[in-house]
Amino acid sequence: MWYLCVFFHRLLDYRKAEVESLAQLFSNEDQEYQCLQWRLPLLHHPDSPFHFVDLPSEDVAKSIASRSILVKGMYELWGEGGSYEELEECIRNYPDERKLPYLDSSSTFKINVDTFGKVISLQEQTQRIQGLSYIPFKGRVNLKNPEHKFWLMETDDYGASNGLPPMVQKRIFFGREIGGADRKLLPTYQLKSRIYLGPTAMDAEMAFLMANQALATPGKLVYDPFVGTGSILIAAAHFGAMTMGADIDIRVVRDGRGPDCNVWSNFKQYGLPMPIALLRADNNLPPWRTGLKEVFDAIICDPPYGVRAGGRKSGGRKLMKGVIGPYVVPDDKRTDHIPSTASYSLVECVHDLLDLAGRMLVMGGRLVFFYPVLSEDDNVDNHFPEHPCFKLIATSEQILSSRYSRVLLTMVKKSPYTEDIAEAARLKHLDFKENHLKWLEDGNLHSAVFSPTDPQSNGAADHAKFTKEPKPKYRGKYV
Amino acid sequence: MRLLTHNMLSSNIKGVTNGFPLRIEIEKVVEKQVDFNADFLRNMFPKIEWKALVGAARTLGYVELPEEVEPSRLDSEDFLRKFHHALLELHLEEGALVCPETGRRFPVSKGIPNMLLHEDEV
Repeated sequence: MWYLCVFFHRLLDYRKAEVESLAQLFSNEDQEYQCLQWRLPLLHHPDSPFHFVDLPSEDVAKSIASRSILVKGMYELWGEGGSYEELEECIRNYPDERKLPYLDSSSTFKINVDTFGKVISLQEQTQRIQGLSYIPFKGRVNLKNPEHKFWLMETDDYGASNGLPPMVQKRIFFGREIGGADRKLLPTYQLKSRIYLGPTAMDAEMAFLMANQALATPGKLVYDPFVGTGSILIAAAHFGAMTMGADIDIRVVRDGRGPDCNVWSNFKQYGLPMPIALLRADNNLPPWRTGLKEVFDAIICDPPYGVRAGGRKSGGRKLMKGVIGPYVVPDDKRTDHIPSTASYSLVECVHDLLDLAGRMLVMGGRLVFFYPVLSEDDNVDNHFPEHPCFKLIATSEQILSSRYSRVLLTMVKKSPYTEDIAEAARLKHLDFKENHLKWLEDGNLHSAVFSPTDPQSNGAADHAKFTKEPKPKYRGKYV
Repeated sequence: MRLLTHNMLSSNIKGVTNGFPLRIEIEKVVEKQVDFNADFLRNMFPKIEWKALVGAARTLGYVELPEEVEPSRLDSEDFLRKFHHALLELHLEEGALVCPETGRRFPVSKGIPNMLLHEDEV
């Protein structure tokens, strides 16, 4: 059945992906993943917050809406139109057997009026509600705790240049609410009240979106190889998943900033079950025993891409000078030796992540991670990392600056990790080690993001701007 | 560190072929309650090296686990509770994991095993 799905007007690229993931979570799990069908209201731009989506049942729609972060509301549409006359005709034609059960005299109800792209006064809202008198409401009004909530939503022809998606014509929707996101989660988990924070702690809203993409539910085991302060695992734990995290920086995972300010205390702060395990390990040389595979249901992470925080791997500083032979630790100094680490290029880091995920995820398990993309090259088809075990099912972009964005990639493990794949990964691993410097230079995002623009090439870019159609940009894309 | 973690880890020092199971050196063991989830345990069971789990649990002083186990035992609530306790509730807070081949100690402090290798071990 088709439902009207209205989104919060933010993180536009993440909205449909979230609903599709949750649809997978709440539908029959044995079914093969299939894309949902979407439809736009008449004359609406794809960035509009109003969408129609085909879902298997009202229960599924309700579950999706209440677990989601970006769905403002899921509605059974009773009517829509370009004017109030059209709306009335449409509602009158909507079958009585769908309407009457919710208009019953023993029920309580409330009508909300909402607008997009304009503001209307309370008086006008009341007039709009009174204008619905042709619907035979028999129940009692209850504004605080109604059984049925009805929504009248209006968008106007507000023009194309005020930061909202371009829309041509006024459109009015009337429907019965099925469910909506619990955004109260966000002030509860917001970073500014989190006790232990790191410089790159994941924003709570984004962490919940990642946990939804990863289908975190009770009984599942979720792993984050770059756990840091645990900001991503907290979201997964909130949805009931068992969590496990590793980091190469032992001060972050073990010590934090004292006994009441560390990764454990962050979980305690929200009354969440503690991670099953935290350990110090290197993503480049994971300490998993041979033969161990397919243990994690999902891997969620934000790898260090070398812009705000750089990755480290074992091997020692000498790798920087192109020396592959190791520094030998004298025997008497072994006990408390602190090994030096080498910088870890993004390419190698992502390669290791995909290889680890290929081996350690269960079939159908999900790998969800951020991948940075430079926006200066205007070619649209970005090359995202690939792996023979995985199928990429969603990409959602968040613009971080005019120079670069990060894209949330969601991948599903479709085929088992074979000997051949393991061997190819081993050879690649050696190549990374032997050509350490070359890979570091190739994958250096930091200079691309922070270096001052060359005035000459800037002039050329300006020139190009005049000749090229400017990219449409709305505020929504940036929030 | 819970025994689930112990069951997954091995010494990955270059050249070591038999780095599992890591021997446990105890300084302090604590018990931490974890919510019981039978489905999680059933999912996890086939991936566990049973002998290593039994051995590790004994080292930590828990002897209720049987030496050998049939998957059919997973229907028994009593068995699942024991499995749950050994796998998730026993916690090595301070101590070390020792590589069975080289004797290299991986310290465990504040419940966090430090598996990072020295420069000449990678």
